[in-house]
Amino acid sequence: MPESSSSRSRKSAPTSAGKAVAVRRSSAVRAGTTAGVPAVAPVTPPGPPGRLAVRKTYKLFIGGAFPRSESGRTYLVDGDNAALASRKDARDAVVAARKAQPKWAGATAYNRGQVLYRVAEMLEARHAEFVACGVPAAEVDAAVDRWVWYAGWADKIAQVHGGANPVAGPFFNISAPEPTGVVGVVAPASFLGLVSVIAPAIVTGNTVVVLAPAPQAAIILAEVLATSDMPGGVVNILTGHPAETAPWLASHDDVNALDLTGVTDPALAADLERTAAGSLKRVVRPAGDPDFTADPGLTPMTSLLETKTVWHPKGF
Amino acid sequence: MGMFEYAPAPESRSVVDIAPSYGLFIDGEFVPPASSGGVFKTVNPATEEVLAEVSTAGPEDVDRAVTAARRAAGPWSALPGAERAKYLFRIARIIQERSRELAVLESLDNGKPIRESRDIDLPLVAAHFFYYAGWADKLRYAGFGADPRPLGVAAQVIPWNFPLLMLAWKIAPALATGNTVVLKPAETTPLSALFFADVCRQADLPPGVVNIVTGAGETGRTLVEHPGVDKVAFTGSTEVGRQIARSVAGTRKRLTLELGGKAANIVFDDAPIDQAVEGIVNGIFFNQGHVCCAGSRLLIQESVYDEVLESLKRRMATLRVGDPLDKNTDVGAINSAEQLERIRTLSDIGAEEGAERWSPPCTLPAQGFWFAPTIFTGVTQAHRIAREEIFGPVLSVLTFRTPAEAIEKANNTPYGLSAGVWSEKGSRILAVADKLRAGVVWANTFNKFDPTSPFGGYKESGYGREGGRHGLEAYLA
Amino acid sequence: MTATTTSRLPDLSGSAFNLRSFLHGLPGVDKVGVEARAAALGTRSVKTSAKAAAIDLAIRMVDLTTLEGADTPGKVRALSAKALRPDPADPTCPPVAAVCVYPAMVPVAAEVLRGTGVHLASVATAFPSGQAPLDVKLADTRDAVAAGADEIDMVISRGAFLAGRYDHVYEEIVAVKEACGSAHLKVILETGELETYDNVRRASWLAMLAGADFIKTSTGKVPVAATLPVTLVMLEAVRDFRARTGRQVGVKPAGGIRTTKDAIKYLVLINETVGDDWLDPDWFRFGASSLLNDLLMQRTKLTTGHYAGPDYFTLD
Repeated sequence: MPESSSSRSRKSAPTSAGKAVAVRRSSAVRAGTTAGVPAVAPVTPPGPPGRLAVRKTYKLFIGGAFPRSESGRTYLVDGDNAALASRKDARDAVVAARKAQPKWAGATAYNRGQVLYRVAEMLEARHAEFVACGVPAAEVDAAVDRWVWYAGWADKIAQVHGGANPVAGPFFNISAPEPTGVVGVVAPASFLGLVSVIAPAIVTGNTVVVLAPAPQAAIILAEVLATSDMPGGVVNILTGHPAETAPWLASHDDVNALDLTGVTDPALAADLERTAAGSLKRVVRPAGDPDFTADPGLTPMTSLLETKTVWHPKGF
Repeated sequence: MGMFEYAPAPESRSVVDIAPSYGLFIDGEFVPPASSGGVFKTVNPATEEVLAEVSTAGPEDVDRAVTAARRAAGPWSALPGAERAKYLFRIARIIQERSRELAVLESLDNGKPIRESRDIDLPLVAAHFFYYAGWADKLRYAGFGADPRPLGVAAQVIPWNFPLLMLAWKIAPALATGNTVVLKPAETTPLSALFFADVCRQADLPPGVVNIVTGAGETGRTLVEHPGVDKVAFTGSTEVGRQIARSVAGTRKRLTLELGGKAANIVFDDAPIDQAVEGIVNGIFFNQGHVCCAGSRLLIQESVYDEVLESLKRRMATLRVGDPLDKNTDVGAINSAEQLERIRTLSDIGAEEGAERWSPPCTLPAQGFWFAPTIFTGVTQAHRIAREEIFGPVLSVLTFRTPAEAIEKANNTPYGLSAGVWSEKGSRILAVADKLRAGVVWANTFNKFDPTSPFGGYKESGYGREGGRHGLEAYLA
Repeated sequence: MTATTTSRLPDLSGSAFNLRSFLHGLPGVDKVGVEARAAALGTRSVKTSAKAAAIDLAIRMVDLTTLEGADTPGKVRALSAKALRPDPADPTCPPVAAVCVYPAMVPVAAEVLRGTGVHLASVATAFPSGQAPLDVKLADTRDAVAAGADEIDMVISRGAFLAGRYDHVYEEIVAVKEACGSAHLKVILETGELETYDNVRRASWLAMLAGADFIKTSTGKVPVAATLPVTLVMLEAVRDFRARTGRQVGVKPAGGIRTTKDAIKYLVLINETVGDDWLDPDWFRFGASSLLNDLLMQRTKLTTGHYAGPDYFTLD
């Protein structure tokens, strides 16, 4: 696991309403015996003494539902049993993403913007829960703001990135961006990074299969998406080891683009790029270590867009 | 036609001088290849006559060319945009001034009709340089940031179907944005690129800004795999595009690909039939069908099938196939023996698979590479001729009943370069255009090109756009 | 009319509704497409022996025309003489197809042309506006025929056509056709006033359905006369009409065709649209006056090998 998430400590965090949120304690026994996963000190849940907290099961998010991995596998992250996605989960997620894509792309840009804005509202509402699972409050703030920023792009990107072309003849000629289709995303570990790769992909009408290395925040985000008018299948989130599942997305003929922002191993990135060439996927691989706090610019959106140019004669 | 035969009207081939042999254009000079013996012949596909001997660039030559381009990149990108613009304007003007020579040369080396090289290729080539010339000093207004920077050295590999036009599509935006280039023309059509080298010299373009290396696939591979290259731009087959994408994987080289297609040309029953038939003919027989965006799958609504097919056959009977230099030729020679073989093979497969083959009566010359304009009817999506790019004057005719079926069939291909729609109903046109997964949709027209109009594919037809403001993006950081 | 006439068409006479439905059901014409096609055919290169044949054919297709208020018997007699012997110095030069004059001038021309094989055409039906009562138009027609015209060039009521009163136009043509007796009827559509190619196509069909022997573009009295694309649309109409009915109808572009180069473009258009069957003075005419001298000059250039000057050709 990347350093950032493992170093986060868990604690109870007050919500804006001042209510305490119960945070599930980790299983000290398993945490202590699992090699490579640092043990996290048990957290005593608040409330009356003797009350046992209800824990959350972290499952996958596919087609708007929260299934367990078809493989039945889990892996331990910060004391939680996260679902360990398999290649078949990746396959199912691609099917769900493809199924959702035409309708999502066919929604009006205004509607997509509204849905994304609703996601931001729900993110804000779950602020404390993200903080509780270890995301710094300022990063949650930034993630909400980033989501709002992208929500506003839904009905503007076509005007900025497309337009009329003054061809030398009696023709109406216009170029407009269109979503590239289904995008496989290897998300970065940080929550702001996760938001910064999902939002620009979907705001334009793509659907995504996200391989998320930091499962808790990713699945809380899935819960946000599931409760914010986002059609099922637009965002699909698989937790587990990207090195295991990413090659299946890279080689999947029904995936149109691959975002490798979260791949830190250059050899794996090169392999995935090579595999993606099989069906000529668009591959996004930012140079260096991206600074997600900086202005993202248009590239995260435009690199997952096609440009369609339509000609029509003009004549009485 | 009987009563009114046009007498031969050949364009004079003497307007252009072709040298017996050509070196490589590196660092502003024509130089011999490092290893002797690296020579191949380019022929006139209409006659099989050898036009010239051309050098094969080996690894050492490619390295020299990339080094020259690298050396030139700094000063070239440091030039004020307005100065770079003036070089490009000069080039555009010289192309206009020498367009007759270039048109004849292009038709000789490629086999395309002089009517097309004269009226379509050359005007578009000049227009492309004019268009991008004007961008050179306006890049900060192009929407790619306040201070967009060139990438460095661009390796560009182009096909044989529009040799000079594809060169223009590659070189004009690269130079305007401050990059330098090493370009490899196709091995069957190197002459207009070598002529262009002379245009660069005439324009006093600084040495090393444009380098032309000739050779076959191996030279191209060496070029795109050269570590000194920052950007690779390729137009050609999807298979080679795939190999290039694999070879640049992990290198951080920027890549744009303009690959194959199997475009659907959809004719609805309310189409302007006579113009649709022109569009069908232009869609598949323009440039002998050697067009990546050719409308090679004709989808006719069943209710007008007989009418459209009858009109199409009647129109095809007036196509004049023959000497590319004759001003009245509509369909010229197939570019190479190899391509002719591919067209024949796929056509034979079409017949074997049960499609009905038809060509108008036409006499083909005895010498050279020729293929009569051909249509296959009774084709379904399951036929190979409905799925594979033939890249020749061969049209597969399918039918549909409803708009939804037309869209489904049109999109049922790994390709996504272009599509055509014919209907007089505006709302139908717009709805269908919306749903087609293709980078260019021609509605009530086909095979139109313009420097301001972005061109490029969805899916396995490649990525990146050439032309227009969008075309700058491929060459800017 | 042949026996197969209109066998595959519904009976459209007497029904404004049927006529309108039929005409509006014809395929549309895309302006840009038809103009591009005409322009492309205009680039055909016709040289040497083909050019010589084309020039002689074009001469044989000329309706040598004078339609001026200032026309006098002297002028018409001279023109008629020229029609018979366009190039007095060269007996191999063929005569033109017809002389075309106002009704009042028909007796004069008839004196010269009778028995020569050169036809005598008269404009009629309140040429050029057509704005007169039907009985006046019919009387105009009968008078011209009685005076010796064997071809009548009538004008349609563009006002009625543009107002959608297709049945009115149809019935007028039927009546004039009847008044023509054995004389051939050319129906002038005045395409410059119809403005759109859709209208040209509909008017062409309307005229043919009503019995026109020829359809003709223009009176020469409005700013836009014959053009290549208009003629192309009309050629497509006669081609399709014959395919539907078995009856062949001729085409006559008139006005604005002044040079050999222009004339050859029209011949190319016929050649590649409707073919040999229309490459005949019985089926294609040029309504022109100054065209003839240019044809003669070019003809002389081909036979002598050097350029001629206007002083060497008669000015009638």
